[in-house]
Amino acid sequence: MHPIRRQRLFIVLFVVGGISLAVGLGLFALQENINLFYSPTQIVEGEAPDGQLIRAGGMVVDGSVKRDTDSLKVEFQITDYAETVTVEYEGILPDLFREGQGIVTQGRMAGDRLVAVEVLAKHDENYMSPEVAEALEKAGVDPQQHGKPAADY
Amino acid sequence: MWRWFHKLGSPKWFYAISGRWLPWVAVASILLLVVGTVWALLFAPADYQQGNSYRIIYIHVPAAFLAQSVYVMMAVAGAIGLIWKMKLADVMAKCCAPIGASFTFLALVTGAVWGKPTWGAWWVWDARLTSMLVLLFLYLGVVALQSAFTDRNQAARASALLSLVGLVNIPIIKYSVEWWNTLHQPASLTLTEKPAMPADMWVPLLIMVAGFYCFFTVVLLMRARVELLDRERRTGWVKDIIKAK
Repeated sequence: MHPIRRQRLFIVLFVVGGISLAVGLGLFALQENINLFYSPTQIVEGEAPDGQLIRAGGMVVDGSVKRDTDSLKVEFQITDYAETVTVEYEGILPDLFREGQGIVTQGRMAGDRLVAVEVLAKHDENYMSPEVAEALEKAGVDPQQHGKPAADY
Repeated sequence: MWRWFHKLGSPKWFYAISGRWLPWVAVASILLLVVGTVWALLFAPADYQQGNSYRIIYIHVPAAFLAQSVYVMMAVAGAIGLIWKMKLADVMAKCCAPIGASFTFLALVTGAVWGKPTWGAWWVWDARLTSMLVLLFLYLGVVALQSAFTDRNQAARASALLSLVGLVNIPIIKYSVEWWNTLHQPASLTLTEKPAMPADMWVPLLIMVAGFYCFFTVVLLMRARVELLDRERRTGWVKDIIKAK
C-alpha cells in the first residue's frame, strides 16, 4: 500500500478507535443514569431517591391488582422475583396491562409505596398466534414464560 | 477480482454496470415487497397479546435494519473516500445519507405509532429510542455538511469524518436493549438464535427485510447515477451518452 494511503488509513482507524474508547468510558461512567427504570430490589435497598420522580419496572404480581369500584384508582405490586414494591395509580392503564405482564411505571416514592403518575406496559420479544398461546395454556405452560426468560426481571 | 474492483471504481464502468443491474433489482424489490406485504397483512396470524397492531413490525423492523446498515455503508464509503480518494466512494457516501435518514425517520414514526397502543406512550426516553434519534440527527448532520461546502472534496471529507465519528452509535443502538433496562424489547430475530416467533410470522418479515434491501439498492443506484452524470458532465463518456440520446 502507498505510504500516504497507509498513513490515512491509520488516522481513520485511530479516530474511530479513539472515539469508541471515549464514548465507551463515558457510557460506562453514566451506566446507572441510562437505565430507564429501577428494579424493585434497587428500590427496597434504598437506591432510588425519595420524593423525586423515578421509574420502576417489574412484573405485575399475580392476584395483586385491586381496582377501586367507583373510581379509576388501582393498586398493584410489581416484582423482580426477589423483592416486591406496591404501586398506587389513578388513571387509564394500557391495553397490555395484566397480571404477570412486565410494566414500567413513573412516580414518586411515598414511604415504601410508589405513587405512580404513568404506567407503561413493557412488551417482550416473544410473538405467537392466539391458537398457540391457548394450546400452551392447555398444556399447563404459561405463554408469558414461554421461550427465553425475560432477562431483567 | 481486483481488476473488476478497479473497473467498478471508474465512473464510466459503474454507470454501465449499474444500468444493467438496475431493472433486475427493481423487479426483485417489487416482487419481494408485494409478496411480503400481502403475506404479512392477510395470512400471518395475529399476536396473542397485541392482536393485529403487531403487524407494524413488517415495516418497523426492516426500516430499522436498513437505517443501521445504510449508516455503516455510508461510513465505510466515507473511509474509502478519505483513504483512497475514490470518486465513486464519495458519491455513494453522499447518496446514502438522505436515504438512511428516511429509513430512520420511518422506523421512529412506526415505532411511535406502535408504542401508543402497546406501551401506552408515543415516546419514552429509553436507550434504544434515544440512540435511534441520535442516528437521525447524525444523518441530518451529514446531509447538512454535504451541502454546506461549495467544494465537493471538502464536503466529502467533512461528512466522511462526521459519519466515522457517529459510527460508534451503531453498536450502542444494537446492544442498548441488552446493556441497560429499556422499555423497548430485545430483538426477536437474531442470526444466532431461533426466532422468538412462529415461522408464519418471521418468514414474511424476512421477505420484507430482503425487499427493503433491494428497494434501497434501487434508490441508491438511481441517485448515484444521477450524481455521477452531474459530476462527470464535462467528460467524454457523459457527452457520448448525451449525444446518443
